[in-house]
Amino acid sequence: MEFLFYMGDVFTPLNFGLLLLGTIGGLILGATPGLSPTMTVALLIPFTFKLEPQQGLILLGAAYTSTVAGGAVSAILLKIPGAPANIATTLDGHTMAQKGDGAKALQVSFIASAIGGLFGVLLLIFLTPVLAKWALAFGPSELFWLAILGVTVIGTLDSSSVVKGLLSGCIGLWLATIGFDDIMGAQRFIFHSSLSGGINVIPALIGLFAIPQVIGMLAKGRKGNDAEIITVKRHPIGAAFREVFSRKRALSIGTAVGSIIGLIPGVGGQIAGLVAYDQSKKMSPDSAKFGTGHPEGVIAAESANNAMVGPSLVPLLTLSIPGSPTAAVLLGGLLIHGIFPGPTLFAQYPQVVWPFINSMLIGQILMCVFGLLIAGWAANVARVPPAVMAAIVLSLAVFGSYSVQHSMGDVYVMMSLGLSMFFLERFGFSAAPLVLGLILGPIAEANFIQGAMIANATVGQLTYFFTGWLNWLLIAIVVMSVGYSIWMELGQRRYTTKEDASV
Amino acid sequence: MRKWIAGAALAMTAMAGSAMAEGHGDYPERPLMMMVSYGAGGATDFQARIVTMTAGNEDALQMPVAILNRAGAGGRVGWNWFATEAETDGYTLGAYNVPHFIAQSIEGGVDYSVDSFEPIANWGADPAVFVVAADSDFNSMADVVAYATQNPGGLTFSGAGLFVGHHIAALQLEKAAGVELAYIPNNAGGAGAMRAVIAGEVLGGVNNLSDAFRAREAGTVKILGVFDLERNAFLEDVPTMMEQGYDIDNASVNFRGVMVPAGTDPAIIDHLAAIVPTMFENGRVQSRMEAGGSPMHIMTRDEVIEMWAQRQETLEALLADL
Repeated sequence: MEFLFYMGDVFTPLNFGLLLLGTIGGLILGATPGLSPTMTVALLIPFTFKLEPQQGLILLGAAYTSTVAGGAVSAILLKIPGAPANIATTLDGHTMAQKGDGAKALQVSFIASAIGGLFGVLLLIFLTPVLAKWALAFGPSELFWLAILGVTVIGTLDSSSVVKGLLSGCIGLWLATIGFDDIMGAQRFIFHSSLSGGINVIPALIGLFAIPQVIGMLAKGRKGNDAEIITVKRHPIGAAFREVFSRKRALSIGTAVGSIIGLIPGVGGQIAGLVAYDQSKKMSPDSAKFGTGHPEGVIAAESANNAMVGPSLVPLLTLSIPGSPTAAVLLGGLLIHGIFPGPTLFAQYPQVVWPFINSMLIGQILMCVFGLLIAGWAANVARVPPAVMAAIVLSLAVFGSYSVQHSMGDVYVMMSLGLSMFFLERFGFSAAPLVLGLILGPIAEANFIQGAMIANATVGQLTYFFTGWLNWLLIAIVVMSVGYSIWMELGQRRYTTKEDASV
Repeated sequence: MRKWIAGAALAMTAMAGSAMAEGHGDYPERPLMMMVSYGAGGATDFQARIVTMTAGNEDALQMPVAILNRAGAGGRVGWNWFATEAETDGYTLGAYNVPHFIAQSIEGGVDYSVDSFEPIANWGADPAVFVVAADSDFNSMADVVAYATQNPGGLTFSGAGLFVGHHIAALQLEKAAGVELAYIPNNAGGAGAMRAVIAGEVLGGVNNLSDAFRAREAGTVKILGVFDLERNAFLEDVPTMMEQGYDIDNASVNFRGVMVPAGTDPAIIDHLAAIVPTMFENGRVQSRMEAGGSPMHIMTRDEVIEMWAQRQETLEALLADL
């Protein structure tokens, strides 16, 4: 209960001001395509030079929480996920916005984010020592199987058929091999210098989601401006709360999956949303509604990716190992004030750590309040005429991909991937499995190679990858997941394209 | 609103006017950029941000330095870009890591070598150390080597990648102790390699002194030896490899500093070479670096040129056996 003792520190005028600044700024930056939570926190570090450690970390903590949630705004309104974590949010969220339910989608997403986020931070507060062991349990073999588990999700994710889903996943896996390979440094498929760094996930994400949108909007614009005017429905906030709490299954699956996966160093944040989405789809009685603007999809995805925020800091705060890129940046923010994270951190610097954690707790609530305030207003984005919208989205897409590492190469990659995706979408392929392949490819490959190297030096590959309860558990889930997909496929024979299915 | 725009426009013209009045002789007249070939949050990025934080001061460059991360493939992506595409106008600086970029250029497949870059000054030297988990049976390098002798190729130990300082240290250890080891390069850099040691996935590891020092403070590792010529101020109690009977010099020490692409105006290079080391000596920089557990080692341009040439020779000899 020590955190309650330091709760007062968050509410001193200066600290609370910083908390507000971090939350609102984080929401805006998070909603900007290309500015991932990692980038945002890195941008803020220089400002903390001038602040006391406690104040600096309050700012960083608030910004981290709200950027993760802010990513949902562009995912829902523009179909551009702000970060990989928000991919799953686009699937139902953007469909809802197109139907005029943007306000509802945003409200539901912010409430689910806050609930997931609060749960995650509470885990961090109460269970840190226990969780630290869990974070270390994932070695190369376990991470390899986890990535394979992610691959099994690909087939059933947002495609008109399992085969097409798997095909786009394979394209993603292939795209992931471009560039220098991470371990050996060998060059693969580098035909142009802008590819030498491989395909960066953020520009790829923006291109694959935004460009087909833009082309679609321009095509619509030619048909005449009066073709369709979306009426944006108002949605009372109270109804949004009732909506979220009546979807207990999606909310609890999202929160649980997010907290568990968030702990795993190096993987967590990027796939938590997608895995949660897939799981709640499989366990829901109306799984056919997923992808057509079903609030449960948004709830599962957003509660998961905010639930991962708290647990993702466990390895950093207890073992001094940054588990995610954002945690690595936060480590820099601690070190610059001479604070070394580790088991003694909570004893040595309680006046810094607890306000930091509290700021994430209060930040979740503030984020939810502000999110709900702007939701009704922001949803009007759907009423902007397609031609104007196309121009705005296109410039955001170029800005977002350029800003990742100030490179025109990334903009070319974004444009060409986007163009190709436009044609692929016409044949019923979809972007989400492709991006998942792109994210999982390097994780699976690098961990397999490392595992194989360790195995060759010690017990042999078969024993290394196939023993240990965690390996067995993951393999069992993989087998079940594949089995379920095949069973569904046989049951439904969904060999129709999405367009046919919706007619 | 209209007044604001007019005011802003006026201010802009005023600024442009004053910049033009000063002329081109007054380098630098706009903010500079420094490329770091590792991701945000890594040790190099972290230190680069600290050592450049006083660049805007009156007695320094009088212009701020912005950090730009171009991460990937152990630094190859960033340095390739720096050697082939970076502007040579003096506004594009880069951070170097020796022996990394020199070892990579000897290995081949990259567009740079020591001749592609002009060093400005060195700010830090982070030696490699050998770490084992806190509950490990190994208590000295002799224990490690004894295990490796009994199990040839069976001693797994992690490091940040291939052809980086940790890998060089690993090769030196194999050579000096006359044993075969299993070096496991980690794709998540030094932090990933450290995690592997703490989690017991590998029996030991080579890691940065600064990170190992923190991990030891956190009680998760033991540090068995330093790959340097003398003991380090942060770790007075840890003997060097030489003291433990292994003939290993400081070839793996990770030197970090500032450089510009070859072809930059010599006048600009001289200007930077005179000012940048004084920037590193700033008291605020020194105290921040010390607080972060990052050992500093300031070297002037001439010293760095000599150090690069030495490293080139040592590494060619060491990597020739591969």
